Amino acid sequence: MHPQLQHTAFSFVFAFVFWLLLVGSLDPQELVAGILVATAVAALSSGRQPILAGIRLRAGAPLAFITYLGSLLVALLRANLDMARRVLSPALPIRPVLVRINTSLRSDLGRLVLANSITLTPGTLTVDVEGDALLVHWIDCPPGTDIATATQTIASGFERHLRGFLQ
Amino acid sequence: MKLLSDIFLIIGALFCLLGALGLLRMPDVYNRIQAGAKAVTLGSLALLLGVGFAHPDWWPKLLVVGLFILLTNPIGSSTLARAFHRSGVPLWHKQRDES
Repeated sequence: MHPQLQHTAFSFVFAFVFWLLLVGSLDPQELVAGILVATAVAALSSGRQPILAGIRLRAGAPLAFITYLGSLLVALLRANLDMARRVLSPALPIRPVLVRINTSLRSDLGRLVLANSITLTPGTLTVDVEGDALLVHWIDCPPGTDIATATQTIASGFERHLRGFLQ
Repeated sequence: MKLLSDIFLIIGALFCLLGALGLLRMPDVYNRIQAGAKAVTLGSLALLLGVGFAHPDWWPKLLVVGLFILLTNPIGSSTLARAFHRSGVPLWHKQRDES
Protein backbone atom coordinates (compact mmCIF):
# COMPACT_ATOMS: atom_id res chain seq x y z
CA MET A 1 0.00 0.00 0.00
CA HIS A 2 1.16 3.56 -0.71
CA PRO A 3 2.63 5.26 2.42
CA GLN A 4 0.31 8.27 2.06
CA LEU A 5 -2.71 5.99 1.93
CA GLN A 6 -1.41 4.06 4.96
CA HIS A 7 -1.21 7.25 7.00
CA THR A 8 -4.69 8.32 5.96
CA ALA A 9 -6.00 4.88 6.95
CA PHE A 10 -4.18 5.19 10.28
CA SER A 11 -5.71 8.65 10.89
CA PHE A 12 -9.15 7.24 10.13
CA VAL A 13 -8.80 4.31 12.55
CA PHE A 14 -7.32 6.56 15.24
CA ALA A 15 -10.10 9.17 14.91
CA PHE A 16 -12.79 6.49 14.87
CA VAL A 17 -11.51 4.71 18.00
CA PHE A 18 -11.11 8.09 19.73
CA TRP A 19 -14.71 8.93 18.82
CA LEU A 20 -15.97 5.60 20.17
CA LEU A 21 -14.12 6.14 23.47
CA LEU A 22 -15.57 9.64 23.79
CA VAL A 23 -19.21 8.68 23.13
CA GLY A 24 -18.83 5.43 25.10
CA SER A 25 -21.55 3.48 23.27
CA LEU A 26 -21.87 1.18 20.25
CA ASP A 27 -25.25 2.56 19.19
CA PRO A 28 -25.62 2.36 15.34
CA GLN A 29 -26.31 6.09 15.20
CA GLU A 30 -23.03 6.84 16.97
CA LEU A 31 -21.16 4.40 14.71
CA VAL A 32 -22.44 6.12 11.54
CA ALA A 33 -21.68 9.59 12.92
CA GLY A 34 -18.23 8.34 13.97
CA ILE A 35 -17.47 6.98 10.51
CA LEU A 36 -18.49 10.29 8.94
CA VAL A 37 -16.42 12.36 11.36
CA ALA A 38 -13.40 10.05 11.12
CA THR A 39 -13.56 10.15 7.31
CA ALA A 40 -13.67 13.95 7.37
CA VAL A 41 -10.73 14.13 9.81
CA ALA A 42 -8.66 11.63 7.82
CA ALA A 43 -9.39 13.38 4.51
CA LEU A 44 -8.66 16.88 5.84
CA SER A 45 -5.46 15.91 7.66
CA SER A 46 -4.16 13.68 4.88
CA GLY A 47 -0.65 14.71 3.85
CA ARG A 48 -0.40 17.34 6.60
CA GLN A 49 0.96 15.11 9.36
CA PRO A 50 4.66 14.54 8.68
CA ILE A 51 5.03 13.23 12.24
CA LEU A 52 3.08 10.10 11.27
CA ALA A 53 5.95 9.14 8.96
CA GLY A 54 7.67 7.64 12.01
CA ILE A 55 5.07 4.92 12.42
CA ARG A 56 5.93 1.48 11.09
CA LEU A 57 2.71 -0.12 9.99
CA ARG A 58 3.38 -3.83 9.96
CA ALA A 59 1.85 -7.00 11.32
CA GLY A 60 3.75 -7.05 14.62
CA ALA A 61 3.22 -3.35 15.40
CA PRO A 62 0.12 -3.56 17.64
CA LEU A 63 1.72 -6.30 19.74
CA ALA A 64 4.94 -4.29 20.02
CA PHE A 65 2.89 -1.27 21.11
CA ILE A 66 1.14 -3.24 23.85
CA THR A 67 4.45 -4.71 25.07
CA TYR A 68 5.85 -1.18 25.13
CA LEU A 69 2.87 0.14 27.15
CA GLY A 70 3.29 -2.69 29.66
CA SER A 71 7.01 -2.05 30.08
CA LEU A 72 6.31 1.68 30.42
CA LEU A 73 3.82 1.10 33.25
CA VAL A 74 6.29 -1.17 35.07
CA ALA A 75 9.00 1.49 34.62
CA LEU A 76 6.64 4.19 35.92
CA LEU A 77 5.85 2.13 39.03
CA ARG A 78 9.54 1.48 39.69
CA ALA A 79 10.29 5.16 39.07
CA ASN A 80 7.82 6.18 41.75
CA LEU A 81 9.03 3.69 44.34
CA ASP A 82 12.59 4.84 43.61
CA MET A 83 11.59 8.50 43.92
CA ALA A 84 9.65 7.81 47.12
CA ARG A 85 12.76 6.20 48.63
CA ARG A 86 14.91 9.21 47.75
CA VAL A 87 12.39 11.80 48.90
CA LEU A 88 11.65 10.08 52.21
CA SER A 89 15.20 9.18 53.19
CA PRO A 90 16.72 11.90 55.43
CA ALA A 91 20.12 11.85 53.68
CA LEU A 92 18.55 12.69 50.26
CA PRO A 93 20.71 10.21 48.26
CA ILE A 94 21.12 11.99 44.90
CA ARG A 95 24.14 12.51 42.61
CA PRO A 96 22.66 14.46 39.70
CA VAL A 97 24.56 14.84 36.41
CA LEU A 98 23.66 15.66 32.80
CA VAL A 99 24.61 12.84 30.43
CA ARG A 100 24.36 12.51 26.65
CA ILE A 101 22.97 9.30 25.25
CA ASN A 102 22.81 8.22 21.62
CA THR A 103 19.60 7.08 20.03
CA SER A 104 19.26 4.83 17.02
CA LEU A 105 15.69 5.96 16.33
CA ARG A 106 15.61 8.16 13.24
CA SER A 107 12.10 9.66 13.13
CA ASP A 108 10.82 12.65 15.11
CA LEU A 109 7.96 10.60 16.53
CA GLY A 110 10.32 7.84 17.63
CA ARG A 111 12.54 10.31 19.46
CA LEU A 112 9.54 12.01 21.03
CA VAL A 113 8.22 8.76 22.45
CA LEU A 114 11.71 7.71 23.60
CA ALA A 115 12.22 11.08 25.33
CA ASN A 116 8.83 10.71 27.02
CA SER A 117 9.64 7.19 28.17
CA ILE A 118 12.99 8.29 29.60
CA THR A 119 11.26 11.03 31.59
CA LEU A 120 8.94 8.44 33.12
CA THR A 121 11.65 5.89 33.98
CA PRO A 122 13.46 5.74 37.34
CA GLY A 123 15.71 8.72 38.01
CA THR A 124 15.99 10.18 34.51
CA LEU A 125 14.56 13.29 32.83
CA THR A 126 15.04 14.25 29.18
CA VAL A 127 16.27 17.83 28.99
CA ASP A 128 17.04 18.40 25.30
CA VAL A 129 17.47 16.71 21.93
CA GLU A 130 20.68 17.55 20.04
CA GLY A 131 20.88 15.79 16.70
CA ASP A 132 21.22 12.08 17.40
CA ALA A 133 21.82 12.60 21.11
CA LEU A 134 19.43 13.10 23.97
CA LEU A 135 20.53 15.23 26.91
CA VAL A 136 19.34 13.46 30.05
CA HIS A 137 19.31 14.61 33.66
CA TRP A 138 20.23 11.54 35.71
CA ILE A 139 19.48 11.89 39.39
CA ASP A 140 21.86 9.21 40.63
CA CYS A 141 24.71 8.65 38.21
CA PRO A 142 27.43 6.20 39.33
CA PRO A 143 30.80 8.01 39.17
CA GLY A 144 32.82 7.53 35.98
CA THR A 145 29.95 6.49 33.70
CA ASP A 146 30.66 6.97 29.98
CA ILE A 147 28.23 7.59 27.15
CA ALA A 148 27.99 3.95 26.06
CA THR A 149 27.11 2.69 29.52
CA ALA A 150 24.60 5.51 30.01
CA THR A 151 22.95 4.74 26.67
CA GLN A 152 22.84 1.08 27.58
CA THR A 153 21.32 1.69 31.01
CA ILE A 154 18.81 4.39 30.12
CA ALA A 155 17.61 3.90 26.57
CA SER A 156 18.29 0.41 25.24
CA GLY A 157 15.37 -1.35 26.88
CA PHE A 158 12.82 1.08 25.45
CA GLU A 159 14.46 1.33 22.05
CA ARG A 160 14.10 -2.41 21.63
CA HIS A 161 10.32 -2.16 22.17
CA LEU A 162 9.93 1.07 20.19
CA ARG A 163 11.67 -0.25 17.08
CA GLY A 164 8.77 -2.68 16.73
CA PHE A 165 6.35 0.11 15.76
CA LEU A 166 8.39 3.29 15.24
CA GLN A 167 11.34 4.24 13.03
CA MET B 1 -15.93 -2.32 43.85
CA LYS B 2 -16.34 0.44 46.40
CA LEU B 3 -13.36 -0.90 48.37
CA LEU B 4 -11.16 -1.21 45.26
CA SER B 5 -12.13 2.31 44.26
CA ASP B 6 -11.20 3.65 47.72
CA ILE B 7 -7.88 1.81 47.69
CA PHE B 8 -6.86 3.27 44.32
CA LEU B 9 -8.02 6.76 45.30
CA ILE B 10 -5.86 6.58 48.44
CA ILE B 11 -2.86 5.26 46.49
CA GLY B 12 -3.29 8.09 43.98
CA ALA B 13 -3.53 10.69 46.73
CA LEU B 14 -0.42 9.24 48.42
CA PHE B 15 1.65 9.48 45.24
CA CYS B 16 0.48 13.07 44.69
CA LEU B 17 1.54 13.79 48.30
CA LEU B 18 4.95 12.22 47.58
CA GLY B 19 5.23 14.47 44.53
CA ALA B 20 4.51 17.54 46.65
CA LEU B 21 7.02 16.37 49.26
CA GLY B 22 9.57 15.89 46.46
CA LEU B 23 9.03 19.48 45.33
CA LEU B 24 9.79 20.66 48.86
CA ARG B 25 12.80 18.45 49.56
CA MET B 26 14.71 18.42 46.27
CA PRO B 27 17.54 20.97 46.03
CA ASP B 28 17.20 22.32 42.46
CA VAL B 29 14.74 22.76 39.64
CA TYR B 30 15.71 19.64 37.63
CA ASN B 31 15.33 17.32 40.61
CA ARG B 32 12.03 18.96 41.48
CA ILE B 33 10.75 18.40 37.95
CA GLN B 34 11.82 14.74 38.23
CA ALA B 35 9.94 14.23 41.47
CA GLY B 36 6.89 16.11 40.22
CA ALA B 37 6.66 14.52 36.77
CA LYS B 38 6.75 10.88 37.87
CA ALA B 39 4.73 11.04 41.08
CA VAL B 40 1.93 13.13 39.62
CA THR B 41 1.67 10.99 36.46
CA LEU B 42 1.28 7.77 38.44
CA GLY B 43 -0.86 9.53 41.06
CA SER B 44 -3.35 10.79 38.50
CA LEU B 45 -3.48 7.39 36.78
CA ALA B 46 -4.27 5.74 40.12
CA LEU B 47 -6.93 8.37 40.84
CA LEU B 48 -8.51 7.75 37.42
CA LEU B 49 -8.47 4.00 38.12
CA GLY B 50 -10.22 4.65 41.43
CA VAL B 51 -12.87 6.78 39.73
CA GLY B 52 -13.27 4.04 37.13
CA PHE B 53 -14.09 1.46 39.79
CA ALA B 54 -16.64 3.80 41.37
CA HIS B 55 -18.32 4.64 38.03
CA PRO B 56 -17.81 1.68 35.67
CA ASP B 57 -19.71 3.42 32.83
CA TRP B 58 -17.00 6.14 32.65
CA TRP B 59 -14.21 3.72 31.62
CA PRO B 60 -13.86 4.83 27.96
CA LYS B 61 -13.49 8.52 28.84
CA LEU B 62 -11.14 7.79 31.73
CA LEU B 63 -8.96 5.79 29.33
CA VAL B 64 -8.76 8.81 27.02
CA VAL B 65 -7.89 11.10 29.96
CA GLY B 66 -5.25 8.63 31.18
CA LEU B 67 -3.56 8.34 27.76
CA PHE B 68 -3.62 12.12 27.46
CA ILE B 69 -1.88 12.54 30.83
CA LEU B 70 0.63 9.80 29.99
CA LEU B 71 1.50 11.59 26.73
CA THR B 72 1.49 15.24 27.82
CA ASN B 73 2.86 15.19 31.37
CA PRO B 74 6.40 14.09 30.37
CA ILE B 75 6.37 16.52 27.43
CA GLY B 76 5.53 19.38 29.76
CA SER B 77 8.26 18.36 32.22
CA SER B 78 10.88 18.03 29.47
CA THR B 79 9.90 21.39 27.98
CA LEU B 80 10.28 23.09 31.36
CA ALA B 81 13.63 21.38 31.93
CA ARG B 82 14.83 22.41 28.47
CA ALA B 83 13.86 26.03 29.08
CA PHE B 84 15.81 26.05 32.35
CA HIS B 85 18.79 24.35 30.72
CA ARG B 86 18.87 26.83 27.81
CA SER B 87 18.67 29.84 30.13
CA GLY B 88 21.73 28.48 31.93
CA VAL B 89 20.40 27.22 35.26
CA PRO B 90 23.31 25.14 36.66
CA LEU B 91 23.08 21.67 38.18
CA TRP B 92 23.14 21.21 41.91
CA HIS B 93 26.19 19.40 43.32
CA LYS B 94 26.56 18.05 46.80
CA GLN B 95 30.19 19.26 47.07
CA ARG B 96 29.25 22.86 46.40
CA ASP B 97 26.64 22.68 49.10
CA GLU B 98 29.12 21.51 51.73
CA SER B 99 31.99 23.90 50.98
